[in-house]
Amino acid sequence: MKQFLVFVRKEWSHIWRDPKTLFILFGMPIVQITIFGFALTNEVKNAQIAIVDPSKDVSTTALINRIEASRYFEVKDYVTSYNEIEEKFKEGKIKIAIVLPQDFNATLAHTNTAQIQIIADASDPNTATVLTNYASAIIQDWQTDLNKKKKLPYTITSELRMLYNPELKGAFNFVPGVMAMVLMLVSTLMTSIAIVREKELGMMEVLLVSPLKPIIIILAKTIPYLLLSLVNIISILLLSVFALELPIAGSLPLLIGLSLLFTITSLSLGLLISSVTNSQQVAMLISLMGLFLPTLMLSGFMFPIENMPLPLRILSNAVPAKWYYFIVKAVMIKGLGLKAIWKETSILIGMTVFLLVVSIKKYNVRLS
Amino acid sequence: MEREKVIEVKELTKKYGDFYATNAITFDVYKGEIFGFLGANGAGKTTAMRMLCGLSKPSSGQATVAGFDVFHNPDDIKRNIGYMSQKFSLYEDLTVKENIRFYSGIYGLSSKQIIEKTTSLLSKLHLEEEKNTLVKSLPLGWKQKLAFSIAIVHNPAIVFLDEPTGGVDPITRREFWEMIYEASARGTTIFVTTHYMDEAEYCNRVSIMVDGCIEALDTPINLKKQFNAKTMDDVFLMLARKAKRQAD
Repeated sequence: MKQFLVFVRKEWSHIWRDPKTLFILFGMPIVQITIFGFALTNEVKNAQIAIVDPSKDVSTTALINRIEASRYFEVKDYVTSYNEIEEKFKEGKIKIAIVLPQDFNATLAHTNTAQIQIIADASDPNTATVLTNYASAIIQDWQTDLNKKKKLPYTITSELRMLYNPELKGAFNFVPGVMAMVLMLVSTLMTSIAIVREKELGMMEVLLVSPLKPIIIILAKTIPYLLLSLVNIISILLLSVFALELPIAGSLPLLIGLSLLFTITSLSLGLLISSVTNSQQVAMLISLMGLFLPTLMLSGFMFPIENMPLPLRILSNAVPAKWYYFIVKAVMIKGLGLKAIWKETSILIGMTVFLLVVSIKKYNVRLS
Repeated sequence: MEREKVIEVKELTKKYGDFYATNAITFDVYKGEIFGFLGANGAGKTTAMRMLCGLSKPSSGQATVAGFDVFHNPDDIKRNIGYMSQKFSLYEDLTVKENIRFYSGIYGLSSKQIIEKTTSLLSKLHLEEEKNTLVKSLPLGWKQKLAFSIAIVHNPAIVFLDEPTGGVDPITRREFWEMIYEASARGTTIFVTTHYMDEAEYCNRVSIMVDGCIEALDTPINLKKQFNAKTMDDVFLMLARKAKRQAD
């Protein structure tokens, strides 16, 4: 026990004395949450809009008021001619324009029909789709309100409810993703590097000649990272609850417990990597290329797995982060309990046991 | 008077497939002796040493180290030996004191012993001023002496030194050998591999390995007589030239 504590203490010193390690450990989660939370988002807010409104009557004013009131649009300009709109698009000053015809109110009142043109800058197709959808929705809304005053033969109104994420916040998607990524990176990359460093410096030899049992070496090397990962889990959760206003719907102990399970999966992956390589560079390359990218691509965090071709869908099952991502979403956002995620949890446990057995076996082989 | 044997090796063999890394080597090392273990790169020195340290299981043969069998009690062996590699085995990003504490700790010394050892070691090496200095900023010679002192911090019966003087200037090497003599005088057996033939002359007895076998084993004086050579260097060259294996 004493040997173990002495060893863990040494590991702490290594970690605290290396600014690069410290940055990866603590800087990265914070940077990632901030980047994903505030900068990189696929929500569109305050898009610049131009409106051509030659009639300026009751109806157009009512509609424009609604557009202005929505948080998606910021009315940039009232322009008078079509040519002007094109200029604005070219200059990149607006993302979308709405053209209302002459005598809008009169036409609407007499013929019961009116036309509105929506023009969007589709050089960015996603934003254009999102914005035209928002604009149509506002117009639709307005029309429904108008109809309420009249008696119509049929009215079908669809009530939308966005379950679990009523405000369609991006944070609901990326917080679980960032958690998977950070834990994977910290645990796998840092452990594999920490162990390979001992080998590279010729220290492994010395440690193995000492009376330390290999299992103690492995444990002492991984425990500090397990603790640091716990700190990371908690800081990510604090950030997302208080800075991103993302509530934790499910049980917090369950969430933390399962995060620790995923951390152990990642630690065992790190152990496996360190047992097959002898240089820090190779360990880093394997961790980054072999694990970080698949975690990013195949966990469902960036790209929906359902849309992938069959081989990739099959491959994605081997990525531990996919299962963890599912678990975090289920517990944190949907508020589900262990009963709903027992399958994913057992898959993660199975992966962990497998990786641990293989890597400990590898260590013993090295010894004989 | 029969001298006490601390290492007994009989027909010790390590095979990797068809390759005999060491081929039935036999020798004894006595208590307090400085035993030089020489050989060109690839001759099988490292393999033999790893087996004696309990790091690697021999394919066949017998060996006991500090009274323990290498097949059955490698853990007991590990507790009774010290080891210093050519890379000096110190953590560069830890301080002098932390290195001493770490190694004393993993060899199971109690907290009280660790404090005593640290104080006596620092004063012996005149490193009191530097106890909180990171090892990476120490001169090479100091690192080497510190590494040796740490390798024997738990008073092992035998200490294995794997090319301990690489890259060190002659004066420091001389000082280092004085530390070795001191330890040997206290009864610690020294098992040392080296590339420097002048160092071979400092040993009580020397064995020279060629292609996995021990080709010569005696005191430096007797070896020079036997091979009719002026220096150990000549003896070594005469034997090493017979090697058929390529150095790795």
